[in-house]
Amino acid sequence: MTMKKKNDILSRLFGKEHRPQENKHNQPADADSGKSSDAGKGGGTGSVPGSDSGASGEAHYSDHNHNIAPDHTEDKYPRNGKDGKPEVDLSSGKYTKVWQGPNHPGVTGNMSLELTICGDEIVDAKTHVGYLHRGFEKLFERRLYMQVMPTCLRMCVPESDTNEYVFSEAVEELSGIEAPEKAKWLRMLVLEMSRLQMLLRVVPGQGGAFGLGIGVQWGMYVRELILDLFEELTGGRIYHMYMLPGGVRGDLPEGFRERAIKTMDEVYRFAQRIDDVMFNNSVFKKRATGTGYIDPSWVDRFGIVGPNARAAGYNRDVRKDHPYLLYDQLEWEVPVLEKSDVYTRARIRWMDMQVTADLIKQILNKIPEKGSFKAPTPNALNWRIPRGETYVKAEASRGEFGYYVVSDGSAYPRRITLRGPSYTHAIALLEKMLIRTNIADVGAIMVSLQTCPPEIER
Amino acid sequence: MHQFLKEIQNRFPIHDVKEQRKNLTLFTTEKEQVVPLLTHLRDHEGFTHFVLLTAVDWIEEDLFQLTYILNNPEKKVDLGIRAYIGRENASMESAHHLWEQVATYQRELKEMFGIDFPGSPRVDEEFFLEGWDDIPPMRREFDSKKYSEETYFPRPGSKSHDPGEYMKQKLYSDDYEEEE
Repeated sequence: MTMKKKNDILSRLFGKEHRPQENKHNQPADADSGKSSDAGKGGGTGSVPGSDSGASGEAHYSDHNHNIAPDHTEDKYPRNGKDGKPEVDLSSGKYTKVWQGPNHPGVTGNMSLELTICGDEIVDAKTHVGYLHRGFEKLFERRLYMQVMPTCLRMCVPESDTNEYVFSEAVEELSGIEAPEKAKWLRMLVLEMSRLQMLLRVVPGQGGAFGLGIGVQWGMYVRELILDLFEELTGGRIYHMYMLPGGVRGDLPEGFRERAIKTMDEVYRFAQRIDDVMFNNSVFKKRATGTGYIDPSWVDRFGIVGPNARAAGYNRDVRKDHPYLLYDQLEWEVPVLEKSDVYTRARIRWMDMQVTADLIKQILNKIPEKGSFKAPTPNALNWRIPRGETYVKAEASRGEFGYYVVSDGSAYPRRITLRGPSYTHAIALLEKMLIRTNIADVGAIMVSLQTCPPEIER
Repeated sequence: MHQFLKEIQNRFPIHDVKEQRKNLTLFTTEKEQVVPLLTHLRDHEGFTHFVLLTAVDWIEEDLFQLTYILNNPEKKVDLGIRAYIGRENASMESAHHLWEQVATYQRELKEMFGIDFPGSPRVDEEFFLEGWDDIPPMRREFDSKKYSEETYFPRPGSKSHDPGEYMKQKLYSDDYEEEE
């Protein structure tokens, strides 16, 4: 795609002032890409200490917000022990332990944080999980491949369809089966609808984490409209079990295209409203700008993926980098920004939301009228998958989401394990980035990482 | 075969190379070579993104398979590195110094499979399981059905089914009765 066409696509969605910057970490910037643009018309433009993200400063990053590692020049911060973690002497009276969770405002599901604070500033953080471990990966050992289906999609509750897709694709790959073209389009439709309903929760949810509740209510209304479409297409609102090895369970209902396109218009309207109400809200801007900074050098060091990496200037999206299904037949561009704070991550997701609505419209227009939507597969009760192993991944709304599947040639899987983005974001990264932040910002930082504990505890 | 694989083959003993897809290749190496190989791949071959570390229990062969998956964001390829270690006193060199999230994976493997990674931060701290005193539950010899039967008490009137048999009955009830 030419750069001009690429920019046309982005400009059509976001206007010139919202055109994302070119990626500078993975791909050389195109000659005509110009100077880096602002994160959005409401975006702060201050430079964050230690970042390379810009010069002119409107917003001011208060000292407590940039969570660079403590330098120990001040007595306030405990010194690090051999394992690199701070050694806290609670008897000194300077520090207090505070537990947040397991019902935490910053996550979907249960997870808690053991915070060591000095005043209202965090000097050490530990993530504790184990509150909702359901032993799925162990249960799979006793399930036929088809019986894995209704269990595996619960590995990430709010975005179950990505589980269905990566598992189905892995089984197909190991069995040498290919889904028909129509099934691939329908899978893409469901994956994008799934991404959209998730973003409709998360984007306004970022405002909710700072006490701005109105956007959350609006977002949930629009999300319900997407769930209506899911119910019509698959029979279920949250769990769909629509994709299965070989293809999908059904065709588009009559009139679905028109109804879905009409719903997408509602998404664009919502995006405009949330831009006005949340991204241009002075309290939100003040709280979100500069908070929860992720240094771009951490992206590879911590395995950061998805919007969290793209907000730090990395152009990484599995749909583009490792095109699966028929994503290479769609015209779209991955939004990339650079400020790498809570505000920028919310803005990236806001852009993702509209790109996704655009993709859904493209997909709806490309789904073939005729053709099979399911390839023949062996009897599910006697289906033995040839010995082998594979890793299949897709881009969920949170980033790279993959299944590693090992077959020993029997009717039961030898090993299925999930690689979810939250596994790294909510543990290694969160523990690092919470240091030197204010205790009042913890929930918002967790929302900005889009933490989903169910995918940590499989 | 990718050019970089040929170069790796010259430096490290790798075998059982399988190109699973155009963008995914898996191979096996010796246990002692894993950390030097990971370091080489990260520093010289552009495999800067660590995707996952997991274990597979091959109880019949008395082996654990450790699988490390790496990604090269520039070349847009994934690499799966297998290594086999004995199940008895299973132990593996830690790679936590290469990527921060590796320590979390190692901590999970210690708890769930009983594979030790000496020197890995917080590797002995409880992760998912609090107060667990049975064998590591992801080992194949841990029988989850037996454990639940011994640990939990069935409510009066409740029934349990073998999932495979129950599905047969539901789907093919007529044939199933005839077969019986």
